[in-house]
Amino acid sequence: MSGFTNLNSSAGYSQNSTPNGGAAPPYQNGPVQTYPAMYPPAGYYGAPPQQQGYSTIPGHAAPAPNKAPVTNNAHSANYYHNNHQQQQNHLPQHRVAPSPYSAPLSSAPPSQPYAALPSAAPPPTNAHYNQQPFQPHPPYATPGSYYGQQSYHPSSARQHPSLVPVTASGPGAPLYPIVSYPSAPGSSQYGTLSSSQSTSAPVGMPTQMVGAPLHQYSAAPPPSTTAVQPGYGVGPPGQTAPTVVNGQGSAAQNAVHQHYTQSHQASLSYDSYSGVPPGSGGADTDQPPSGTPSTSVHSSPGHHQGGDTSSSTTGSASPVPNSYDSLEGGSYPDSMPPSNDMTNQAAPYGSYGYPSMQSAYQQGPASHTDASPSHDLYGQSGYQQYSQPFPNLSQLSAALGGLSGVPELEVEALRPVNLLQERNLLPPRPLEAPEPNVSSDLKKVNCSPQTFRCTLTSIPQTQALLNKARLPLGLLLHPFRDLQQLPVITSNTIVRCRSCRTYINPFVTFLDQRRWKCNLCYRVNDVPDEFMYNPVTRSYGEPHKRPEVQNATVEFIASSDYMLRPPQPAVYLFLLDVSHNAVEAGYLKYFCESLLENLTKLPGDVRTRVGFLTFDSTIHFYNLQEGLSQPQMLVVSDIDDVFIPSHDSLMVNLKESKELVKDLLTSLPEMFSQTRETHSALGPALQAAYKLMSPTGGRITVFQTQLPTLGVGALQAREDPNQRSSAKGVQHLGPATDFYKKLALDCSGQQIGVDLFLLSSQYADLASLACMSKYSAGSVFYYPSFHYIHNPAQLEKFQKDLERYLTRKIGFEAVMRIRCTKGLSIHTFHGNFFVRSTDLLSLANVNPDSAFAVQMSVEDSLADSSLACFQAALLYTSSRGKRRIRVHTLCLPVVNQLSDVYAGADVQAITCLLANMAIDRSVSSSLSDARDALVNAVVDLVSAYKSNVSNLQQSGLVVPASMRLFPLYILALLKQKALRTGTSTRLDERVFAMCEFKTQPLQQLMRLVHPDLYRLDNMSDQGALHLNDTVVPQPHLLHLSAERLSRDGAFLMDCSNVFYLWIGKCCNEMFIRDVLGCPNYASIPPNMVSDSKRCIYVSPSMSGNDRE
Amino acid sequence: MAFTFAAFCYMLALLLTAALIFFAIWHIIAFDELKTDYKNPIDQCNTLNPLVLPEYLIHFFFCVMFFCAAEWLTLCLNLPLLAYHVWRYVISNFLHPINYETPAGSLEPAFLALGCRYMSRPVMSCPGLYDPTTIMNADILAYCQKEGWCKLAFYLLSFFYYLYGYVFHFRICPSC
Repeated sequence: MSGFTNLNSSAGYSQNSTPNGGAAPPYQNGPVQTYPAMYPPAGYYGAPPQQQGYSTIPGHAAPAPNKAPVTNNAHSANYYHNNHQQQQNHLPQHRVAPSPYSAPLSSAPPSQPYAALPSAAPPPTNAHYNQQPFQPHPPYATPGSYYGQQSYHPSSARQHPSLVPVTASGPGAPLYPIVSYPSAPGSSQYGTLSSSQSTSAPVGMPTQMVGAPLHQYSAAPPPSTTAVQPGYGVGPPGQTAPTVVNGQGSAAQNAVHQHYTQSHQASLSYDSYSGVPPGSGGADTDQPPSGTPSTSVHSSPGHHQGGDTSSSTTGSASPVPNSYDSLEGGSYPDSMPPSNDMTNQAAPYGSYGYPSMQSAYQQGPASHTDASPSHDLYGQSGYQQYSQPFPNLSQLSAALGGLSGVPELEVEALRPVNLLQERNLLPPRPLEAPEPNVSSDLKKVNCSPQTFRCTLTSIPQTQALLNKARLPLGLLLHPFRDLQQLPVITSNTIVRCRSCRTYINPFVTFLDQRRWKCNLCYRVNDVPDEFMYNPVTRSYGEPHKRPEVQNATVEFIASSDYMLRPPQPAVYLFLLDVSHNAVEAGYLKYFCESLLENLTKLPGDVRTRVGFLTFDSTIHFYNLQEGLSQPQMLVVSDIDDVFIPSHDSLMVNLKESKELVKDLLTSLPEMFSQTRETHSALGPALQAAYKLMSPTGGRITVFQTQLPTLGVGALQAREDPNQRSSAKGVQHLGPATDFYKKLALDCSGQQIGVDLFLLSSQYADLASLACMSKYSAGSVFYYPSFHYIHNPAQLEKFQKDLERYLTRKIGFEAVMRIRCTKGLSIHTFHGNFFVRSTDLLSLANVNPDSAFAVQMSVEDSLADSSLACFQAALLYTSSRGKRRIRVHTLCLPVVNQLSDVYAGADVQAITCLLANMAIDRSVSSSLSDARDALVNAVVDLVSAYKSNVSNLQQSGLVVPASMRLFPLYILALLKQKALRTGTSTRLDERVFAMCEFKTQPLQQLMRLVHPDLYRLDNMSDQGALHLNDTVVPQPHLLHLSAERLSRDGAFLMDCSNVFYLWIGKCCNEMFIRDVLGCPNYASIPPNMVSDSKRCIYVSPSMSGNDRE
Repeated sequence: MAFTFAAFCYMLALLLTAALIFFAIWHIIAFDELKTDYKNPIDQCNTLNPLVLPEYLIHFFFCVMFFCAAEWLTLCLNLPLLAYHVWRYVISNFLHPINYETPAGSLEPAFLALGCRYMSRPVMSCPGLYDPTTIMNADILAYCQKEGWCKLAFYLLSFFYYLYGYVFHFRICPSC
């Protein structure tokens, strides 16, 4: 049985681990394998008295204690399901289900078979579960022990879905069971985690196997991991949980199991530390995480018994609290329902994790099983792949010095280029980020330039030197990017510097076994005991081999220390404009269709809640409470003083009310088809949305199609169409009112992000409206002249964007802190967020498509260090209610020569940062100022380079080769919609382009500024890439100049969000037939739009070269 | 007549300047707290903004008093600050006196001209100067801190000047 599942899982793994699984991974956060013992203050949540305390003080977690009591109730009901759980346990008489609750009971039949696992187990799981009848007990044994001594019987648990907490006061009481129970199967917030683990324990095995091979610590090559996979996959059936629990009980164990026992005891003692009473309870607690998986742990040595011992070495590390997970982000196929992922993540991680790590070590001698924390190990060849020379401090600092320069690269970057003579400036392939000039060891572990990029990859030592270089110093960050591979670390103590709170990273220095030196503030810290333990070799004394120290991008599962309140569920509110204008544009139908399609793919777990609000001159709420036969519409026409008609039935649990939500989405487009209401009360609707969401936080998605005309936040048409092309200066780039900004700040305070979809054919004052997203860390989408019939291209784009938007990953209640080496300081932030303090950004929502830019300044001289580091730590709640910290660390050399600064200049990053600054400038001052300053920046650089570095007395425009594209990029920037003058540009489009500049990641932005142009019709296989038996030709980049186009060619221009295909008049007919399916040039339909991921506009050129 | 109108003005100015000194200290502390992460910018702006207009009005008030008392020298000393207040609150929205045009060879890199110019009053529905969304910018934070210290120095000096003026006018009155 399990052998079968394991087979499946390894197959799944091989799919997942392929690097080209490039689809958007909405569930990247999902497969967290959490270990209940991982939460050190388990007693805090687990001990009954404290839970009682929670239940009596709901305001403790309510973000706004002075809200109406009803609101508070709703809040506590969501967050403290365990209260009711507890109360049920204490007050058994309430288990008698009163008649009102029979409805939920009958309406949730799937939860019945699971007994104590009410809803965490999704239907697909059920099948698995039934196939494994031999393991019914561990699941509920866990929660029982986890929650202290309370008896926790399956029979009582079975009734939970139908129960009602008596303490729940107010009108919302009857609703509680619906909202809270399914999401909290007999547990607190953390109980949700643990119980879902137990739920899925049987199923967890196969899914865990999926996760297992992903534990690739740096050098582990996937193939070998896969090879190991079946090995320990076969074993499990032979083992049973009890033997595992006791560790010693496993009879046929080889010598290695001594180690296992030791470590296991360590974990037991850990349990007692975490507040769970030792003894049987403690053993039970230990069981679910280690139980099922460790069956395979045992089997793994058993299986490999004759073979290499190293496998057992790693395999037995599981029960120790330190556990790492190296997960492949986004590997979960879209088709998999979230609940399934829930079970995946619930799988106990540890024991499967380590066996896979062995693969990295198999290359080394197998004899290091008896790993003692002695230094001899480093001499072994097996460890040479970890090239960081840990114990030798002097070596390390020498290596860190960046002294081992890369002369060839530097020389090439510094080659003076005379722009008046050289015509071919573009590289044949898209420009790559310059590599920081650090030692190769550091280069290997440095943060990916796609995530973290600095404008100067060699940091000037002093501000004076920076000023001399005339280049801005700044960072470009894409912190929540969809990653293919991300090491996830579950650890009790997240090791951080004690003075500056920097997370431990690959660039710290280990002074000796027990101390490390922070690379940002240079404080010497102790290495905690737990960190000393290296589960890879199952030995102490190798802290430098932990994944934190091997990867510049890691993710921690945070403990409750990192929470101000229990993690919120995923809550989505859709605010839809249904005025006449909106119905005319016809977006509603497509929105509903898209949401219906993606309803199951919305990131979230069983607690996910949704709500809908529509508005024209009034506000319509929708009661979607489970049990209703159809959605109820509640109309509030008092827009001057908006109130919420019903507190608990408007935001409903998606899982329970799915049918009603579907009903609503199907009927919504028809409902307003006859409307004659032309007004739009966006401001009051937003206020209502804010009130509705403020207890939990979440995401508000606003669809607006016209200028808001009623109530607060009403706006005037400010644009004068005759001035659109005036070169004098563009007015009204700033907001007309601070209503939206204030609202956004309020929202940000309550952890609500507001995203705006503006689908307007007329001026809608985006400059004011965008504020609601700008300061609440939302995103803005704009579809000018949207119409479902007349503008199919926009419709297409809208649908694609919406699909991505609905299914993309999301992080809630996030903050991001950027730390940098002492001496550097943050000057300004760019992007959508609220700056809460000098280095802290408050992000109500964080999404994988938004990026940030940071301007830095050098405050003190960096002379005493040879390296400068930047660390961005993003703390967020995943859509599955886990607190996570994603840490990126970038390490760059410090230089004191101007030529080195120029050699390391990153022209793309500089252009993007300057663009961000120019947007600020044009809003706060004027567009012409910004344009002048941009031009001056280029002039300045050229003169500075000429006078300071270039000793060649040549005339003309001489720039360093690293910056040779700078003038081109700046000129391209000046032609962008955001910054152009003289061409008719609608104000909204201009403002939207500015918003894009502020939030788009660098790669997108650069293609927007300077699109990539390729010739398609004469591609050759020369230099082609060979990927999976397919040949991918690599055509050369062409300059964006008409001289590069020719009548007989076909050209593709990649502008980031749109592709243009340009077909010359005399283009090869075979090409036209093969690519476009048309027999010849004349038969190409005008305005052909392709149905690809990104729209392709095909414009047949009528007259040769001059057509775009 | 032992107590001239001028002496009264000086006495009043003395008291009001003492209040202004407190305002300035409060301002400095508030921005220092912001810089050291003690306070949320929204809260800080909410406490600072209501104080801006009273400060300006108090200063304006005793400027008017000195005008009435025909104390021209004192008025002249106060006029720059008065002008600055008017510029800060009203005119800077319409004028852009700070121009970062940097000719080649100047000390400041030209791209600095791209920085946000925060000196003008943001769009606000309530009185005040400080916008929580821009106040954390390093430039504006430094500017506001500098402004606080300069004002504190100015008020302290003028405090002693008014004290002197008060005593002087009290002493030279004809009836003494």
